[in-house]
Amino acid sequence: MSDNLPAVVHEICQAHGGDRTRLMDIVRAMQQKFGCVSGPAMELLAKELSIHRVEIESLVSFYSFLSTRPKGQVVIRLCNDVIDQMAGADEVARAFEEELGIKFGQTTPDGKISLEYTACIGMCDQVPAALVNDVVVTELSTDAARRIVRELRKHGDPTRLVTRHGDGCNGHELVRAMVMNNIRQRGSIIFTPTNRGEAIRKALAITPAEVIRAVKTARLRGRGGAGFPTGMKWEFTRAAGGEQRCVLCNADEGEPGTFKDRVLLTEMPDRVFAGMTIAGYAIGADEGILYLRGEYAYLRAYLEQILAKRRQDNLLGNNILGKRAFKFDLRIQMGAGAYICGEETALISSCEGLRGDPKNRPPFPAQKGYLGRPTVVNNVETLCCVTKILEEGPATFAEFGSQGSTGTKLLSISGDCRSRGVFEVPFGIKLSEVLKLAGGEDAIAVQVGGASGQMVAREEFNRTICYDDLATGGSLMVFGPERNVLEVADKFMAFFVEESCGYCTPCRVGNVLLKDRLERITAGCGEPADLEYLQELGTTVKTMSRCGLGQTSANPILTTLKNFRATYNALVKKRGDGRQPAFDLAAAVAEAETIIGRKSTHAHA
Amino acid sequence: MAKPKVATTSLAGCFGCHMSILDIDERILKLVELVDFDKSPIDDIKKFTGRCAVGLIEGGCCNEENVEVLRSFREHCDVLISLGDCAIMGGIPALRNTIPLQECYDEAYLNGPTVHNPSRQIPNDPELPLLLHKVYPCHEVVKIDYHLAGCPPPADTIWEALVALLTNKPVALPYELVKYD
Ligand SMILES: Cc1cc2nc3c(=O)[nH]c(=O)nc-3n(C[C@H](O)[C@H](O)[C@H](O)COP(=O)(O)O)c2cc1C
Ligand code: SF4
Ligand code: SF4
Repeated sequence: MSDNLPAVVHEICQAHGGDRTRLMDIVRAMQQKFGCVSGPAMELLAKELSIHRVEIESLVSFYSFLSTRPKGQVVIRLCNDVIDQMAGADEVARAFEEELGIKFGQTTPDGKISLEYTACIGMCDQVPAALVNDVVVTELSTDAARRIVRELRKHGDPTRLVTRHGDGCNGHELVRAMVMNNIRQRGSIIFTPTNRGEAIRKALAITPAEVIRAVKTARLRGRGGAGFPTGMKWEFTRAAGGEQRCVLCNADEGEPGTFKDRVLLTEMPDRVFAGMTIAGYAIGADEGILYLRGEYAYLRAYLEQILAKRRQDNLLGNNILGKRAFKFDLRIQMGAGAYICGEETALISSCEGLRGDPKNRPPFPAQKGYLGRPTVVNNVETLCCVTKILEEGPATFAEFGSQGSTGTKLLSISGDCRSRGVFEVPFGIKLSEVLKLAGGEDAIAVQVGGASGQMVAREEFNRTICYDDLATGGSLMVFGPERNVLEVADKFMAFFVEESCGYCTPCRVGNVLLKDRLERITAGCGEPADLEYLQELGTTVKTMSRCGLGQTSANPILTTLKNFRATYNALVKKRGDGRQPAFDLAAAVAEAETIIGRKSTHAHA
Repeated sequence: MAKPKVATTSLAGCFGCHMSILDIDERILKLVELVDFDKSPIDDIKKFTGRCAVGLIEGGCCNEENVEVLRSFREHCDVLISLGDCAIMGGIPALRNTIPLQECYDEAYLNGPTVHNPSRQIPNDPELPLLLHKVYPCHEVVKIDYHLAGCPPPADTIWEALVALLTNKPVALPYELVKYD
């Protein structure tokens, strides 16, 4: 294998035009072929692309699906999200370990199978779930885990693990996934029949400025979480100087508990691509990128085929639908397992073939985005809304929802409820009504907006889902009476500690300190002053961090401190001796006692 | 009225912080007017003689004896100050925190380039305190009221902080005294 390494490197680089900005695709191809991007491979890549090796190494070390050391031919990545753990992911994990005879983070001695944990893979409605290479396996049991290992040992082919297909396009010949859509409620905007091409035709019949006006009249706001008015974003981008502009569709969907974009990409990809094309027309861009998270690689071939069909049907390419001088095409950029890449400037970095580090703002993407070009970044669902607005007019769209939040919202509901899946609801709906829809009436808490959102207590279930009250990108995790909200908060903190890009200190260090102190409290070693410490440090992390990740990562702690104060108060107690109760002298000397072979005189006095 | 008392100790430190205390030069005479020294290497008093207003701690905790001394400081002092980076975050001694303890013992007593130990025994006298599995900063072992950063903190910083505490003034150090770059 290693003999032809230079040839393979050359070939892969050539296939991407020797373009340094396509480094993500290049190293992904290397990883797929060799199970790693080794030191010698990085040397060769650097030469081939005329860049420094460190640029490649810093990228490879950043993404969790890439590695410098060889992994097994098959990598099993078990999702360790809190929702999966509530459904028994820990037992499944033990079963994998026992059957494979290795621990997490290890590879079997024959080099065949690696076992790892991974953050939320967008399957919270069918937990516990795992990725086996690109293949998704859902609703795992300990038996299923053992069976998977035995089969992989036999044939080594992950695709053969899928014996039943999910509903809708999950059964498409290019998807063949066991993933279920779980569409539980269809509303009036998103899950409606669509006439392919109609929206683009209507858009091209009016001027770009009029398209933007339509989006503004509909008062559409971004569905990715921040809720920025879409029409205004487009206007800024159109107004920015420069020859070339770009439309990015954010399909990174990394927020724990969200999976609605997965369903949209499976069932409504034409609406998403139409939305991108319309955005391209509106802002004057001729290129677009769909940034697809690495976890959704199983959808890639299918989406490529949809794109090919759209090109055939003149919905992409030159002179779209006969409109002279309007051309637009798009490519799919695969991610490689990094939550931060959902943040728009990090997403741009990743598309440019860099580490997924966020960039300083200003300049905003609308001014200077992908390769320095004015760039619009929109969520998958936002772009579906755009298509609908052009299909039926802004007035019809704005009929639904509330004044400040028009239209409908897709909610991804998971956890302790009878009906998990995607619900299309009108904005302005009460949380209590949503819980009734999903059969989660006896919840004690709901995490609204994913790990970075807020933990809402029972007393506040009459609040409404909208931008002015409970804003959410769509993740709703329901927690029943037997759950411990502080343990949940702790799991979320673990997620942020893992996913912080490490660029700035408040986020890199602050989240670790927050998590440590929270654990001290849950272990029963906390004091009232620790609550003040959490509040103060949490506020510092929130206000001093550089990007949205750090600005929201303290939320699990800050919102439970606010809404579940009694739970904290019951755990902390004042102590008078001035000692730190979390420090355990006996435990700290235990190792030396073994090495030296005598008992401590201090610890056991 | 009896003068307030100050105690100091060096745990896992290099005594550099104590040198910095002495570096207040002639102001030491003024300090002696303000306070009496209790347990401290400066006067070689080994045991606390009574309650102290302020305790200054140099160094973090690397062994069981450090922990005991630190705890007794907490018991006897109204205000405890972590003096210098070793006390505040473990400092140089904490570099061993990533190395397994067995390797540390082996390097120190068996394998180090300057070690002469034909019996190949790791010293085991009960007088020698056992090492902790890692070096702890002081505030992880007991509550610490103030941190004075620096390696070592400048004499002026120590002086200003002490005088403020002993004269019941707020410890508001000017920027120049807490700036280290
Ligand atoms: C850490 C982090 C992760 C994010 N992840 C996503 C994501 O997965 N999908 C998404 O659409 N937006 C995500 N966002 C928000 C994007 O930065 C951006 O606001 C959004 O894509 C804009 O699209 P919209 O206006 O259509 O909502 C994330 C933001 C942060 C700070
Ligand atoms: S806030 Fe966190 S994720 Fe964002 S730049 Fe800073 S370290 Fe990176
Ligand atoms: S902080 Fe510096 S001067 Fe003080 S004990 Fe540590 S190494 Fe020595």
